[in-house]
Parts: sequence; structure tokens; C-alpha cells
Amino acid sequence: MPLRMVYMDHSATTFVDQAVLEKMLPFFSEKYGNPNSVHAWGREVRSSVEEARMNVARLVNAEPREILFTGGGSEADNLAIKGVAENLGEKGRHLVTTAIEHHAVLDTFKWLGKHGYDVTILPVDGDGLVDLDEFRNALRPDTILASVMYANNEVGTIQPIHEMGSICREKGVLFHTDAVQAAGHIPIDLKELPVDLLTMAAHKMYGPKGVGALYVRKGVRIAPLVHGGGQEFGLRSGTENTAGLVGFGAAAELAMKRIASGEIEEERRLRDLLIDGLLLRIEDSSLTGHRTLRLPFHASFCIRYIEGEAMLLRLDFAGIGASSGSACTSGSLEPSYVLLAMGLDHATAHGSLRLTLGKDTSEEDIAYILETLPPIVQTLRAMSPFKKNS
Amino acid sequence: MSMYNEKVIAAFMNPKNVGAMENPDGVGEVGNATCGDVMKIYLRVKDERIEDIRFETFGCAAAIATSSMATEMVKGRTIEEALKLTNRDVANALGGLPPEKIHCSLLAEEGIRAAVEDYRRRSQGLPSLPPRHEAVCHHDLAGSEEPRGD
Ligand SMILES: Cc1ncc(COP(=O)(O)O)c(C=O)c1O
Ligand SMILES: [Zn+2]
Repeated sequence: MPLRMVYMDHSATTFVDQAVLEKMLPFFSEKYGNPNSVHAWGREVRSSVEEARMNVARLVNAEPREILFTGGGSEADNLAIKGVAENLGEKGRHLVTTAIEHHAVLDTFKWLGKHGYDVTILPVDGDGLVDLDEFRNALRPDTILASVMYANNEVGTIQPIHEMGSICREKGVLFHTDAVQAAGHIPIDLKELPVDLLTMAAHKMYGPKGVGALYVRKGVRIAPLVHGGGQEFGLRSGTENTAGLVGFGAAAELAMKRIASGEIEEERRLRDLLIDGLLLRIEDSSLTGHRTLRLPFHASFCIRYIEGEAMLLRLDFAGIGASSGSACTSGSLEPSYVLLAMGLDHATAHGSLRLTLGKDTSEEDIAYILETLPPIVQTLRAMSPFKKNS
Repeated sequence: MSMYNEKVIAAFMNPKNVGAMENPDGVGEVGNATCGDVMKIYLRVKDERIEDIRFETFGCAAAIATSSMATEMVKGRTIEEALKLTNRDVANALGGLPPEKIHCSLLAEEGIRAAVEDYRRRSQGLPSLPPRHEAVCHHDLAGSEEPRGD
């Protein structure tokens, strides 16, 4: 058994908060009614679903009517993008996105690209940032939608979403942002932010998996993906995943408190201890993503001369759960497209390591990582043909 | 991440024959950093027998485990025997590898061959061959993509 178990993969998913779980459980048993039923069983559950919607709306300062629940972040991304493309396809066929989007966004655009739409995929700089002038210049008279992720899952970089939204407003283009990694972790105020569509997922903020939400600004029209009984304002038919939605609401409420209480600042402090400590202790390592415009819980690196999967496995044996964008972790033979888009060479990208903190991560956990990782790197480097001076 | 059996894990955690060799009789370097695995094999040969063998590998757990196992399997063998070693033999000796990792295991077989070729050239007074970094990427042999973590 390892000395300590330290889960450092909260970008992949978080645990479900105990308080969230407790709120969910009755919806698997006594509160089993269908929220669309008129009787007491149904009405009780309906009010809980609407309370959940209100809490998710509050998290991003939106109106409850602007929040529609989905079966996860990927579905919300698909709904936003295909929903706009379908609805505005007569007006224009041009779409804009970036090279570092999550596959739920990127592959949706690529699919539309094969179905009669013209897609521009913008590059990013070495920090993973999109250039605002390039963004502006990409918007054409026939552009109907631009989609740029709020914060990147692999490198943590936060984009200038406000500025991009303003440019879209100016040009009369709808703007979607995938905020799956950002929502619940940094303040988002949709009364002030010029965004038309925004994606969230419960399982990145201590809620359940398979539950997401799409914010659709009042007045913005999209076409549904799932037709049927007309639930979720006709945009996502199907009897609601009541326990899941209630769990999302509870998680959103807790996230709001965490953001308001400054707990996020403590997370940021631990993140910086990790980043600074790791860069100091491991030679030829570098941070990936922007140093300051980054998610408060996100630390990601490239460790030169070694390969990510080997590192992950040894960390796993030491009780540390991490992730990497190396080819050998995906089985695809290509390292992370995000790191390549940021201009890293293949060999460096293969040595990527991501450590994402959670609300239970302690200073002792960080110390344990800083103590455990350097000897692992040293051992793997001793095996590597790519050493310095060789 | 791939699921490895205990033998693979053991070979990865405690690999044998690791490190560079001083004054080797043959060196082979194969693989491709683009692909994520590079292997360098060093040979010491006496009377057509592999007296010692070492490896340096940049790569995943499967690449490191197969480097260790392959070098163990040919150590003390004649050159002729060593050339018969296939990546399948190595994978079998390791109790099997996940299908998407077969391409990583090909390097061991190729590395040993490249080192033997280099040894032969040297014994004929020819210059060493440059590293075979153009070596096949084996993309066609890769397994299908696994679902991504996030
Ligand atoms: C940025 C981003 N977008 C979308 C998703 C997809 O969300 P889900 O897994 O809930 O479908 C994820 C993570 O999984 C993500 O990190
Ligand atoms: Zn490999």
C-alpha cells in the first residue's frame, strides 16, 4: 500500500460531495414521482427540480428560465452548436472555434464541417490563448456562431471570454463557451458577460456524472437534439434525471459558497506551491498553459526526456492519481492535440503531466507529491536515451 | 490508461539491464520521438555470443517492460539466436500485452537487430549507422483509441 492516497485528477472528475449525495438519495426512493405529473408525487419532485434549476442559474447569475438540463457536458456542447447551426443555417453557414476545444466541441464542429458548414479553427499561442485580433478577423458576414472554451481542461488557461463576447455582439454573431472546467470554480456573471450559450457539467464541481446544463440567453433560439415530450422548454425531451438534477443544484449551491468564502484562494495558494515546488525540484520541466490566467485548481507540466504514461503508472503505485496527454495514455500514438497546438514538439508533449487539485487537497498532499515525483522522474530519466549532455 | 498484468508491471518497476554501456561492440537506436517510444540497445559480443546487453528507453511502461524482458531473453545467447527473437516472444514472456501496446513492443526486436547490424558493420571496419529514427511508426498496428478521460 502506498504511504498516502492523493487524487489529483479533479479535471477528469470530482467526487460527489456528501451533502450533495444526501440530497440526491430520496429521489431514488420515496421521491420517485415524475415531475411532469400533476399529482402530489409529481408536484413535489417538480418543485425540487425547479429549485435545482434556480441554484444552477444563481451560480452563473442567470435566470432559471435560461438554464436547461442535459445528460452531461458533451450533450450540452452538442446541443448548443448543432442547435444554433440548425436554427441559423439559412442565415449563414460559417462557424468559428479553436484548436484546443474539448472533443465534445471540436468533433461537433468537424461533423458540421462534413455536413455543409464552413468551419474556421483558430490557433492558439504558446500559453494556449486565442489572439483577439485573429478572433475578430475570423468573424465574417456569414458567421453564425463562435465557440471558445472558457478554460482548457489540459492546460488550465482561461480565455478572454468577455472580450470575445463583446466582439461577437458587435458583429452580430452568437457566442458559445464551454465552461465545464470553469463553472463552479471561478466567478461567472452572465448578467455582465456577453455570452449567449454556456456549457456546465455537475461532475466537475462535486456533483454527479451524466448531468450537465446549457445556459441559453433569453431570446436566443436553438433547435433541439432530442425530440419527444417537450421537457426542458422543448429543447431536451425525456423524463428528467431527477436525482441527478437535484444533485447538480446542490453542487451549484455549494460551489457558490466556496467561491464567495474565498476557499478558492486557498486552492490557488496550494496550486502555486505545487507549481513553484515542482519547477524548482525538477530540472528541465516547464509549466504548460498560462501562469496566471489559469484555473485555480489546475497545474500542468511537461517533464522533458521521459514519457507520460510511465510517469503516471509510477505515481499511481505511489498513491497519486494524475493524468497525461502522452500518446501512450490514449492509445492513439499522437500526443495531446492541445499541447501540439500550443507549439510544443512531440517529444516534449509526450512528457506531459497534469495534476488538478480538489477541495480536499491539503498542504501535506502537495508536500507528498513534491517528495514523491522527483525520484520517479530521476529513475525514468536514468533509463532514457535523451539525457542532457548525450 | 492501459491495463497491464503483474509481469509487465514488475518488469516496468524493476527493469533489468538499464543504462548506457562503455565501449560497446554494437549500438542500435530505433523508434521515433514523434510516436512516443525510442529505444537504444548496446551490445558486448564475444565469439558471436551476447556477453552483455543494456538498454535506454524513452517510452511508456510497455516499452520499458519489453526492453527489460527482451534484453534478458537474449543475454548469453548467440547472435543468431538473438536475431530470431520476435516481439511476440517478448510479449508472451511478459504474459501478454494490451493490444494497443503491441506497437510499443516492436521496438525491442528492432533495437536488437539494429544493434547486431551495427556490430556486424563494425567488425567489418565499416562506420556505424546513424540512429533509425525514421523507423516505422507502426501507426497501422495501433489499437483503436480508448475513450478520453475528460
Ligand atoms: C472542457 C470540457 N468540455 C466538455 C467536457 C465533457 O463533459 P461530460 O464528460 O460531462 O460530457 C469535459 C469533460 O469531460 C471538459 O473538460
Ligand atoms: Zn508506448
